[in-house]
Amino acid sequence: MTTIKKLSKDSRPVKRRRLGTLLLEIFLSLVALIQLFPLIWMLFFSLKTNEELFGANVVGLPWGLEWENYSRVFADGNIGRYLINSTIIALVTILATGFLSAMAAFAVTRMKWRLSKAVYVVFLMGMMVPVHATLLPLFITLKPVLNTYWALIIPYIGFALPLSFLVLSGYCSAIPRELEESACLDGANIYQIFGVITVPLIRPALATVSILTYLSSWNELMFAITFVNREIYKTVPFGIMSMEGRYATKWGPIGAGLVVATIPTIILYVMLSEQIQSSLAAGALKG
Amino acid sequence: MEKLLRDKRAIVLFVLPGLLFFVVIILVPLVQTGYYSLLSWDGITAPSFIGLNNYAKLFTDSATKFGAAIGHSLILAGMSVFLQLPIALVLALVLASGVRGEKFYRTVYFIPVIVSTVIIGQLWMKIYHPSYGMLNTLLRSTGLENLAQPWLAQKETALAATFIPMIWQYIGYHMLLLYTAAKSVSSDIYEAARVDGATDRQVAAYITLPQIVPMLKTCVIFAVIGSLKSFDLIYILTKGGPSQATEVPATLMYSNIFTKYAYGYGSAMAVFIIVECLLLTVLIQRLFPSDPN
Repeated sequence: MTTIKKLSKDSRPVKRRRLGTLLLEIFLSLVALIQLFPLIWMLFFSLKTNEELFGANVVGLPWGLEWENYSRVFADGNIGRYLINSTIIALVTILATGFLSAMAAFAVTRMKWRLSKAVYVVFLMGMMVPVHATLLPLFITLKPVLNTYWALIIPYIGFALPLSFLVLSGYCSAIPRELEESACLDGANIYQIFGVITVPLIRPALATVSILTYLSSWNELMFAITFVNREIYKTVPFGIMSMEGRYATKWGPIGAGLVVATIPTIILYVMLSEQIQSSLAAGALKG
Repeated sequence: MEKLLRDKRAIVLFVLPGLLFFVVIILVPLVQTGYYSLLSWDGITAPSFIGLNNYAKLFTDSATKFGAAIGHSLILAGMSVFLQLPIALVLALVLASGVRGEKFYRTVYFIPVIVSTVIIGQLWMKIYHPSYGMLNTLLRSTGLENLAQPWLAQKETALAATFIPMIWQYIGYHMLLLYTAAKSVSSDIYEAARVDGATDRQVAAYITLPQIVPMLKTCVIFAVIGSLKSFDLIYILTKGGPSQATEVPATLMYSNIFTKYAYGYGSAMAVFIIVECLLLTVLIQRLFPSDPN
């Protein structure tokens, strides 16, 4: 290793190398600032008074902490309602998608039947379909359930399934046959093999698809503004959009609303940043 | 064992629920959209079959400005490929070469990707606000007040002002994909290069870059397809305005269906978006050198 180091970049004078590293770090920090500053600014203005926001202190740190913005947005906005709605919809979507796609992935990759390849290809093609292409037909088909949670849960499951299925299939097909065979010798039936052997083994992949499904359902906008318009069923994205109308001249509460709406995702990201990044990378590779 | 794995009833039980969802939510609506696109229909009165007239109208009816909308989405695609991707690539290569704080930077750059587009949109609306926005305030305080302007409300700047947040938001996504690819290059190759006396920059240009071409292709496809399908941020920021200066195919489709009740015409736009995406995916696949593996 020492020879390798000596032969490599160390041929440059030490001073120049230090300067290079310094410039690089300044560059990287600048990019970090650009990526973060709008979000930090959002936090700032959620804690400012109207006086600060409209002239006195637009860009800088808040002078005092105007927590009233937060109590206000909770008291007369519906932000709590939106958060509950988004949580319910995301949870049901994640559970149903995970369950349905795990079963399908198991049957397609582990069991022996003629059409398994065909089913795989069908799901694969499903990845290519943009939501736009189904918007109007779904709007017509879902008429009976429009303005309920189902109006969003059902299409979210449908659109989360293909990716979830592909990620889980990749994992399932790597499970050694011997595990299933020995379970079979012990007298397990096919449902027990699925529940006791396969599901525990693909738990990491289930975590991955849960994250992907959470992000897509939590942030989805086009279906959310089309299939729901009653205030009590709005999800966070649509709710935030309608807040703009209500508080047009009060940025403080809007900022507070934006911060509150971002917090669940940020908490999740802080706890699971590595897992979330690798999930999205894995999801992209399947796409 | 064999008998268990060929259990027809179990297979049906496992596959059918998921497949049913898929067929009802994606496949059938897809076919329906194709059929609607051949109709003249307002959703209330009886539809009439008009063949390919809607498609002809897309390109002959100058009032719709569909051509301009396609143009806008192609500009966005161009900006994504020639602005967003190079930035992401540089960041990915720098981070993958092992700088101090690698993990921190990667985590920070990625944050905008996971934040909801609506939040991002509301935020940038405040940044661009003509009187109290961050951008104009900064311009005024640095003596550049004649540059301060209503960024989203005038035709000349609206398009760029809408696209910049979109580019900004997804830099981290492409950075992550390219970084992951660069990291998966075998370390033996790097060491061999070091033994041969290669510098950091040479390693990046001659070793890492060729190895991540397949991922670069994936990124180009994502960037282009994402641009052609773009809707959310434009809908939030401008809804296609002012006077259609920021209209893209998806916003036109949305307003034709849900405000003008032109179900058939809007569906033709949806079909156009799908076909356009498929064609460009194939084209990009062809343009890139094929995977050596």
